[in-house]
Amino acid sequence: MEIRVDHLTRVEGHGNVLANIEGGKVQKAIFEVVEAMRFFEGFLRGRSHEEVAHIASRICGICAMSHSSCSVQATENALGIEISDQTRMMRRLIMDAEMISSHALHVYFLVAPDLLGEKSVIPLVEKAPDTVKLAFRVKITAYDLAEVLVGRHTHPVSVLPGGYTSMPDRTALAQMKDRFIAMREDMKVTTDLLKTLELPAFERETEYVAIQRPDYYTFYEGDIVSTDGGRVSADNYLEALNEFVVPHSTAKHSRWNRDAYMVGALARVNNNWKQLHPEAQRVMDELGFKPPVYNTFMNNVAQFIEIVHALEDAIELMEKMLAQGLKDEEIPPITKHGQGVGVVEAPRGLLVHDYTYDENAKLVKANCIIPTNQNYANMDRDLEALAAQITDKPQDEIELGLSMMVRAYDPCISCSVH
Amino acid sequence: MVSKPRVAFFDFACCEGCQLTVLSIGEPLIDVLKHVDIVTWREAMSEQSDEFDIAIIEGALNRDADIPRLKKIREKAKIVVALGTCAALGGPHVSANRFTKPELLKHVYGDNAEQFMESEAGEIRPISAVIDVDVPIYGCPINANEFVSVLKHLLLGRPYRVPNEAVCYECKLNGYECVFDKGMICLGPVTRCGCGAICTSRGHRCFGCRGLVDDPNINAARDVLEEHGYTVEEIIGMFQIYSQQAPKVKELAEATAESGKKKGSEPWRFGSTT
Repeated sequence: MEIRVDHLTRVEGHGNVLANIEGGKVQKAIFEVVEAMRFFEGFLRGRSHEEVAHIASRICGICAMSHSSCSVQATENALGIEISDQTRMMRRLIMDAEMISSHALHVYFLVAPDLLGEKSVIPLVEKAPDTVKLAFRVKITAYDLAEVLVGRHTHPVSVLPGGYTSMPDRTALAQMKDRFIAMREDMKVTTDLLKTLELPAFERETEYVAIQRPDYYTFYEGDIVSTDGGRVSADNYLEALNEFVVPHSTAKHSRWNRDAYMVGALARVNNNWKQLHPEAQRVMDELGFKPPVYNTFMNNVAQFIEIVHALEDAIELMEKMLAQGLKDEEIPPITKHGQGVGVVEAPRGLLVHDYTYDENAKLVKANCIIPTNQNYANMDRDLEALAAQITDKPQDEIELGLSMMVRAYDPCISCSVH
Repeated sequence: MVSKPRVAFFDFACCEGCQLTVLSIGEPLIDVLKHVDIVTWREAMSEQSDEFDIAIIEGALNRDADIPRLKKIREKAKIVVALGTCAALGGPHVSANRFTKPELLKHVYGDNAEQFMESEAGEIRPISAVIDVDVPIYGCPINANEFVSVLKHLLLGRPYRVPNEAVCYECKLNGYECVFDKGMICLGPVTRCGCGAICTSRGHRCFGCRGLVDDPNINAARDVLEEHGYTVEEIIGMFQIYSQQAPKVKELAEATAESGKKKGSEPWRFGSTT
């Protein structure tokens, strides 16, 4: 039996699910990436340091703020620019906003239709109007926070290496804090909804990779760690993330301790769940999520747990910033030139930007490692394992099952073929 | 009853941020969508149809292999909307054309570059280089309000007037401080508005993401630049971030090269490029 789903829907970018099942045996099950290349690493060369984040943000429309934050972090490390505590708080808050908006898009708009037996969110506008309104509210509240902080979610406006061209308006930020507090009710409703949904049964233990800090659950800065053991500092990312090229993909694949590893919400929760906000841990218990979890479909539940965490973390950060007052700060000076690495946790997982600048602060070399690329090898292993589990099902059910597996990863395909 | 216009979304090489901007409109979008049938939207729904009236296309054409798909969409559609700067002008990756495709492939894929040489061949260009576009919506990303406005015009059968004033116009209307006065170089004097001067509203400069206005007042722009010590070449270098393909930018570059009007090279400063 030949399975072929061309240009899989409800994912970002272009890819095909291919499988071949003969006599109850899986001959092949892969995700083929056919996205056109854009060559960001090629054309970032020659650009000045204050243009680089502006351009790099355009690698991805969904995780624009992750790319922008990772980009300025790499540039700051390369040029020896020391950021202030206020700038660091802004970066953490921006990552929280992006985590909520991106996970909400995936959980409510792209995955929920599968679980509710629909082909898109559009029929749900009539059938479950309150849920659709809730979904828009969560997503747009997070977008609005991004707008208050940096002008726009896609693509941020006021970001510079070293700081910001302008700081958020205090009244607007205070209003955002109140709207975030009001969103707690939406979290309760979603938790109850999730308890009624059944995710496909599947289990395959693999290696989970994320960044980690000693002091808090991090989306911005940290060491790279693995559930297989191993810790490397961001500068030494090449020791952990080995990229390689395969024939069926215009996007590169990665491996570390084994033939494949996973990044993203499930990988972060499996590595760092003890640092989650108490409210997120409570929701985790309520949903019966006991880390480490080896069901890839549970990545979507992990995303929701992270929405709860990011919401609480954002409220605390906003309270702190409002109490301290928002100060317009000078952009700190460039003190050196050379190579610098930035690491963040984008919604879909570990993201690395590695830049080298010359003495005129012009970029001479760029390497960007995208979360979705790191997941492709693991995705192929999961597709094989899932296909083997459902070989006796009718073709359309196998197609749906394999498509749902790819969607569970929330792949960002055009990002991966930057 | 008159049937609703059928709308289809398509994407080529881009970050898909413009489609996402459409999704982020929320309730005003739901209101407009009541008057159309969305028949294809791969990013949001699983149903697909080859029968549509309005094709909304995001992204640039990054390889020849995608030309047949693009032409097929044009044949089927009554109206083609270019959604965002990638589709309308080429977008940021168009600046990769400073290098050749084989060089870029070798740079990114090293020894494995050979396997992609054939499938990825072709210049990076806006969709308008290959098919006729009826309405361009500029911006990186698009302005959500402009998208709703374009859709309303199409539904009412009225022509949409693409904004054709410079960003300076919107910037001044809003009373923002002039970027040049702050010691930065800005593309506002020659860039098409419609964005509400969002970048200068946040204290940044205009990066020219909506491309040049139809008839840029180059002499006035040159005066502003000279007053602040910049050259037209510097502005064209900055324009290459978004619209190297825009014929006007090319013409300007050539005209400036011919006039030989060039100032001495400057040390690095905020906003300068290669």
